Amino acid sequence: MSAQLEIRDVSKAFGGVQAVARLSLEVPPGEILSVIGPNGAGKTTLLNMINGFYHPDRGRIALEGADITRHRPSQIAELGVARTFQNIALFKGMTVLDNLMLGRHVHMKSGVLASFAYWGLAQKEEVAHRRRVEDIIDFLKIQDLRRRPTGSLPYGLQKRVELGRALALDPKILLLDEPMGGMNQEEKEDMARFILDVNEEWGTTTILIEHDMGVVMDISDRVTVLDMGQKISSGSPDEVRSDPRVIKAYLGESRRA
Amino acid sequence: MVDWQFFALLLSNGVLIGLMYSLIALGFVLVYKATDAINFAQGEFVMIAGFLVAVALGAYGAPLWLAVALALAVMIAFGFGLERVMLRPLIGRPIVAVIMATIGLAAILRGFGPLMWGAETKPLPLPIPDEPIVWGPFFIPPIQLLGAGVSLLFLAIFGWFFLRSRQGIAMRAVADSQQVAMAMGVNVERYFALAWAMTGIVSALGGLIWGNLLGVDVHLALVGFKVFPVVILGGLDSIPGAIIGGLIVGIVENVAAGYIDPWVGGGTKDFAPYVLMILALMIRPYGIFGKQIIERV
Repeated sequence: MSAQLEIRDVSKAFGGVQAVARLSLEVPPGEILSVIGPNGAGKTTLLNMINGFYHPDRGRIALEGADITRHRPSQIAELGVARTFQNIALFKGMTVLDNLMLGRHVHMKSGVLASFAYWGLAQKEEVAHRRRVEDIIDFLKIQDLRRRPTGSLPYGLQKRVELGRALALDPKILLLDEPMGGMNQEEKEDMARFILDVNEEWGTTTILIEHDMGVVMDISDRVTVLDMGQKISSGSPDEVRSDPRVIKAYLGESRRA
Repeated sequence: MVDWQFFALLLSNGVLIGLMYSLIALGFVLVYKATDAINFAQGEFVMIAGFLVAVALGAYGAPLWLAVALALAVMIAFGFGLERVMLRPLIGRPIVAVIMATIGLAAILRGFGPLMWGAETKPLPLPIPDEPIVWGPFFIPPIQLLGAGVSLLFLAIFGWFFLRSRQGIAMRAVADSQQVAMAMGVNVERYFALAWAMTGIVSALGGLIWGNLLGVDVHLALVGFKVFPVVILGGLDSIPGAIIGGLIVGIVENVAAGYIDPWVGGGTKDFAPYVLMILALMIRPYGIFGKQIIERV
């Protein structure tokens, strides 16, 4: 099967630090790919290049065959790439519902004047989007949180709402930056279940960065290991687990620590 | 009884004038809410709009509707253009860069207005009666009633816009975090431009109302200074706050002028709101309705 997302020979440096070096990666549609590696391995830089926050110094990123290397983040979101953030990045003053409705932004077409008028197209559109958002609310079991400002929610629920906001884009590709970071075991299991369900129900390609190896090994179709900006291993969870280069990178990390 | 009537008069006048301050403060709040930029040229926007209407009416004999339409169109275009030319290059720079840029802009506009259209005070006549409406103890000048009405109408429209419309929600998202809004597919620059254009609309209306009340010359820009106590009291990013802040400033300056001016010989009106502003900054620096930002170090 051909790749939905193709990253070819991509490099990115910040000052003298080579964050990502000549990295190539192909992600077929529907795959759950975990990117792991020690701190500073370039994982978040990779996600930031995929969604357009950073532009690579060299190399090419293609989504369904189309070059998106130099696209702006908003354009890449419109093409169907949604993401969450390592530190929760919900709009804090806004309700859960408004956060999710914002996720529908790329699908909304009516302009300022139409929305001021609020009837006809704008209203019909609003109803359709609201229905989709309600589906996601049901899916994530956050029905009783609709009107709550997100800043007031406990940490684990904020992470769940942030996933919901990304899902509201109806993404082809979901980028999750440490979706279980800082969670307790029960919350981690819930989140893992949601990620698997999303993948199963909508066939969403998912690329996630995660430190909890138990979770990574459980839910991933494939695991890619980065170290010092380079791919040192890639394969099924079992293959990666027994790869001596991976063990060395992680042991090296723990010796440094 | 007479005391009570005097107080009622000061109060009603304060409420109406206060709502007219709210209209101008709304222009400031719209920009701050969406772009985090503090616009020190808000009063000058109002002045330029006042010049546009007064000159179109006076020098060119245009009908009122055309003069107002012209002022609206020019101010919207001015807002768009300003965002494009001056503010967009400053995105991501320290906030003080934007502040200095708007202070510079204010000075340029104060020079540009009289240079272009003459320094003398121009009337901005509106087809409404001059005689105050007398109702019980109240003496209400029709222009103030109109100003307060226009102000409330636009406060309601923009309030609804932010609360309910998709563009309003997107604009709040941009205000909260530009980067995250971008990742959600929001074209941030477009919303910056929209915010400045909306400020153009509010400024055009402010120029019309305040220009009629004060006459149009460079001093019309001074009305912009009243924005600061209003938004500090109400909250820099809050539309309800702009109403409440405007009411407080309007009432306080009128009541203070009414009761203290006879003793000190006048001038109370001009500083009372600032005393209040400084007190407010000491007690509740994010305003009555402003969002409380907890700084993470």
